[in-house]
Amino acid sequence: MKNILQNKGVPVDKQRFTWRELVQKPISKLDDDAYTRVRIILMNGIEHEALRFSHACARMNAPLQRNLAEIRRVEHHQATLINWLIGPDHSPLETTIAYEQVAIDVTAAVAMKEPDPYLAQVYRFGLLEDFDHMYRYSALLDRLEGKDANNILQSYTDILPGRPTVDEHRAPIDDLRNPYDRKKAAPLSKLHALTIMAGEQQTHNFYMNIGPMYADPVARQLYAEIASIEEQHVTQYESIIDPEESWLEKWVLHEVAEVYNYYGCMQQETNPRIKAIWERFLDYELGHLHVAVEAFENFEKRDAAEILPKELPAPIEFASQREFVRETLANEVDLRANGTEIVPKDEESKASLAYRKAVNAGGSPSETVAAGYRWAPGSELKLKVA
Amino acid sequence: MQTVTEVGSNHSGMDVSPTADEMLENTELTKPRRGDERELAKIRAEYGSEAEPVGTLPEGGDGLRTLLMDKLGERLAFERSGTRLYDALLVKCKSADGAIPQKEVQHIRDEEAMHFALCGAAIQALGGDPTEQTPCADIAGVEGMGLMQVLTDPKTTVAQALHAILVAEMTDNAAWEELIELTMQVGNDELMARFQKAQQNEAEHLEKVQGWYKAATMKVV
Repeated sequence: MKNILQNKGVPVDKQRFTWRELVQKPISKLDDDAYTRVRIILMNGIEHEALRFSHACARMNAPLQRNLAEIRRVEHHQATLINWLIGPDHSPLETTIAYEQVAIDVTAAVAMKEPDPYLAQVYRFGLLEDFDHMYRYSALLDRLEGKDANNILQSYTDILPGRPTVDEHRAPIDDLRNPYDRKKAAPLSKLHALTIMAGEQQTHNFYMNIGPMYADPVARQLYAEIASIEEQHVTQYESIIDPEESWLEKWVLHEVAEVYNYYGCMQQETNPRIKAIWERFLDYELGHLHVAVEAFENFEKRDAAEILPKELPAPIEFASQREFVRETLANEVDLRANGTEIVPKDEESKASLAYRKAVNAGGSPSETVAAGYRWAPGSELKLKVA
Repeated sequence: MQTVTEVGSNHSGMDVSPTADEMLENTELTKPRRGDERELAKIRAEYGSEAEPVGTLPEGGDGLRTLLMDKLGERLAFERSGTRLYDALLVKCKSADGAIPQKEVQHIRDEEAMHFALCGAAIQALGGDPTEQTPCADIAGVEGMGLMQVLTDPKTTVAQALHAILVAEMTDNAAWEELIELTMQVGNDELMARFQKAQQNEAEHLEKVQGWYKAATMKVV
């Protein structure tokens, strides 16, 4: 997509839905490609971040409230249509496996393309933690429901221990990172940060909602533990975004991030029906961007071209990142955090060590659930190897 | 709506994956910490030893009467939910090819409603409150959640829906036998006779559902 400012998309007042449109046929858990589900989950997260940001912005900026309310209603319905595409035959735990596949493969794709070395390091750091969550949840899926997580992953994403979840608990101060500089950062860095932050935020919300739905105390414990890490991840990823950006600058960047991600989904989607949804929503987001840019230029008396990329960067790739993840695992699994820096294990902050000791004092659910666990195809199946 | 299992592009197995070999490496690459599933069982047992009941029943009689009231409440809830299962099955039957006689499905649905009313009247006659959700009624609702998901999913076939109904009917048969046994133990012959009639209905339901299920499943061969 060349110039996003020239393409005005669909005007906001023409962006309408019926309830029938909002509740469409879900994808097939079995037949659709795993990355169709990954894109659905990611875009649901992006829309939820749009909603949360819009509410916060409206509370602080009375003159923007009308425009925000109008766009927010559409974003809400976009989120509904997208999230309702997940079929009801996914158990919450199977959907969890898919959420972690998003966290691993999308974060890995971002880390590989991130131009800022510090931010790339931060993404790799978070990646290895979500990677371990996949292993723990796969053990739970096997041991609780008797199911193979690879039915969801379709062999694209590994199930291996990462940085042990038990070691991921840190003092809050050690989850804060240095922000990019809004004046110097590449547009791609800003798009990456918003995308990953949105994904982690929805994962945190999802775990907080479904954790109490389990009867099994082990499952309730595991969700409680990993939700706590997802909260840390939201803290980490929102802290890399420059807090000096104005509300309007942030609004414009949110809309650009939505345009960018719908464009990437549209380009790579294999299910024609879902591809048409991405295309429609890309046009809607261009309409939102146009309103945000107009507000930015009217209120801030600045040219939006100052903060927008001249053309959209290449989309985030939706593909197996096995090789990159394994290499990162081999090289960086022992890294820890000390303040805003990622450091070797022996330099970890005393505050985090003390926090971890306290929170793990009664045992660790993530250690319990995966005790002796090794993923094997079909769980207990004994496959004949040719 | 699909009526039979179709041939297509299922992506969930490893044979269709071009990256299955790399996935298989996971088993060897994993160096788990020592231990096994018994650690999960230990946590479950710990919580179990501290657990409080799902709920309680009001005082009013000995242990046997309390059990009977709990089980009557369970049956009341199950039969009411059963009517909803059959309502959902009727929708599927209407949009299928007419292989399942709708009148007979409707008849079973109406008998489930009568059994619900019978349970309500029995609870009242024994001095209980039929609006109360008893602990076993609550748990029966949890059990039925999966059945309702299957019946109301537009994707499921008539055969898949009937398989879920079969689960419900088999449980229903066993549950009425249990109620008959309990009423016999409390010496309430009138209730026992009514429950025996209901159990006969349920045996007929089961036989019919088994027949429909077999017909719906085997029609492809």
